[in-house]
Amino acid sequence: MIENVMGSAPDELVREDRVAGRLYTDPELFELEMTRIFERTWIWVAHESELPKAGSFKSTVVGRQPVIVTKDRKGVVRTLLNRCRHRGASICEKPSGQVNGFTCPYHAWSYGLDGSLRGIPYPDGYEGVMEKRDLSLGRLRTESYRGMIFATLDDDAEPLEEFLGDARLWIDRFMKQGGGYPIKVLGRHQFSFRGNWKIQLENTTDGYHFPIVHRSWMASVDSETADMMSFMTDPTCTTHALGHGHSVMQMVPEHSDLDLDDRSEPLQGRFDDVVAELSRTLDAAQVRKVVRAMHGTGFNLNLFPNVSMSAAFFRVLRPVSVNETRIEHVAIGPDGPPELAVVNRERLRIHEHFQGPFGFGTPDDAEGWDRVQRGAAAAPAMPIMVNRGLAREKPSPEGWPTSHVTDETGMRAAYAQWKAMMSDD
Amino acid sequence: MTETVTEAAAPAVPIPTTDPRVVRTIELIWREAELLDRKAYEAWDSLYTDDGFYVIPIDPEAERFDDILNMVYDDARMRRMRVTRMTEGYAIAAVDAARTVRTVSRFVPESVSDDEVIVRSAQILVAYKRENHHLWAADLVHRVRLSPDGPIGDRIVHKIVRLVDSESAVPAAGFLL
Ligand code: FES
Ligand SMILES: [Fe+2]
Repeated sequence: MIENVMGSAPDELVREDRVAGRLYTDPELFELEMTRIFERTWIWVAHESELPKAGSFKSTVVGRQPVIVTKDRKGVVRTLLNRCRHRGASICEKPSGQVNGFTCPYHAWSYGLDGSLRGIPYPDGYEGVMEKRDLSLGRLRTESYRGMIFATLDDDAEPLEEFLGDARLWIDRFMKQGGGYPIKVLGRHQFSFRGNWKIQLENTTDGYHFPIVHRSWMASVDSETADMMSFMTDPTCTTHALGHGHSVMQMVPEHSDLDLDDRSEPLQGRFDDVVAELSRTLDAAQVRKVVRAMHGTGFNLNLFPNVSMSAAFFRVLRPVSVNETRIEHVAIGPDGPPELAVVNRERLRIHEHFQGPFGFGTPDDAEGWDRVQRGAAAAPAMPIMVNRGLAREKPSPEGWPTSHVTDETGMRAAYAQWKAMMSDD
Repeated sequence: MTETVTEAAAPAVPIPTTDPRVVRTIELIWREAELLDRKAYEAWDSLYTDDGFYVIPIDPEAERFDDILNMVYDDARMRRMRVTRMTEGYAIAAVDAARTVRTVSRFVPESVSDDEVIVRSAQILVAYKRENHHLWAADLVHRVRLSPDGPIGDRIVHKIVRLVDSESAVPAAGFLL
């Protein structure tokens, strides 16, 4: 007999093996999540390649609050509230670009890249009323690790590196898919679905759905790629909970650390043309490195609450309301010499094949999530089960709770963090 | 200082939409639209040439698509796989796809010869699924190869679908534009 999850306080709604369906549907919980999670913890806002030089900017959100991430004159990356200090207009509506500063369109107050208020038209009306230095744009604490830039609205949040903790090792590994070069953002898909953000948060650590929901994609790829993703019964494929709600799901463990290569694995036949083209200018070892990393790393690293470093891309989620979420799938590739264009072209085609609103994978995921949101409207106390593999979950030598890649260890980790943050006021 | 506005290359004398070669092209575009609304994907695919491309870009300015991320960038091989995906019954998004109705109009012929016609147009599509209507508006470009055998042999060499909201979030779709 599976008991319902009664009560309405956050710590009653989440148990080790189940959570209440209300977690997807209750607008009051959503409001609480915005203040207790999204306005309190570290939220991923950009990758360093999106801010190549002084004056580069990107607009995004932290929780529901619009922000601009900038690189100022001194090269310091800042996250600024996208809100004029005069009467509140947004000062930037472009997704990204290159500027010297920002001028509000309403009464033309102008701000520097560091957020300081620089100019006020007809300033005599403010004489004896206020000082410009008191009216900088709101600034968020901004820190980065290995090019991943995060911001928080909480000045007292722990340092980013502490928050990432053991996930750092996996971020280091993720970056090896540059094949010795840094990685850069190549483009992004954006789509929305009519469902709660946590349905997507769970999904990036859900190995169980893969051969079922993605049967159509599996049927369309070459046999080597399909074999690579056949992890359902492979006991070496595991998921670790890494602390702070982060987890890593290893679908292709032989590609978890791309530096480990005994050269026994042949490169996929589908990349023969790329290999031939690269071999004209690069040595064989370098060619092998970038081509072996064509599908990215062998794992999804889920960082609580809004970003996943997922095989060969970043998945970024943005809660809009209790039943609407926006997702970005950010394509990445090595940032190297021009010869690597052929690699990035291939990576873009692989990304298009699965991801985005017309990919062979994403729409099927979105259909599954839509169905979860609709189904969860029935019986809000009836639990959502996250108990798969609970009996076979053991600590790894590193001390990480570990189970099979198809198990729900990563979801349990995320919900434990959710519960800790939501119960703490 | 006057600002220079660059416009899509327009012929000095506008090409009338009543030109018989343009009429053939518009009829093909309408045939295609109806096949897509009926989800007759096999028949739809047969309207394309073997070197034909079907593209839904993200970047509204892009004319070349190899080195950028697109929503769809299908050559014949990808298009055939896509048709299989849409029809074989494994893809839950396609099985439970929205119903669509689209109109294509505001035709502007860009160039006309006896072998090939390029026509720009506007497409308004309404998709309905589970109590929700969604509007998809797009500018289309069709490059059509005219067949010496008459309209039945006319084929699409490329179709580019530029959504008005291509740079924003659109719903994940179980149908084609
Ligand atoms: S609201 Fe920005 S200058 Fe007035
Ligand atoms: Fe999926």
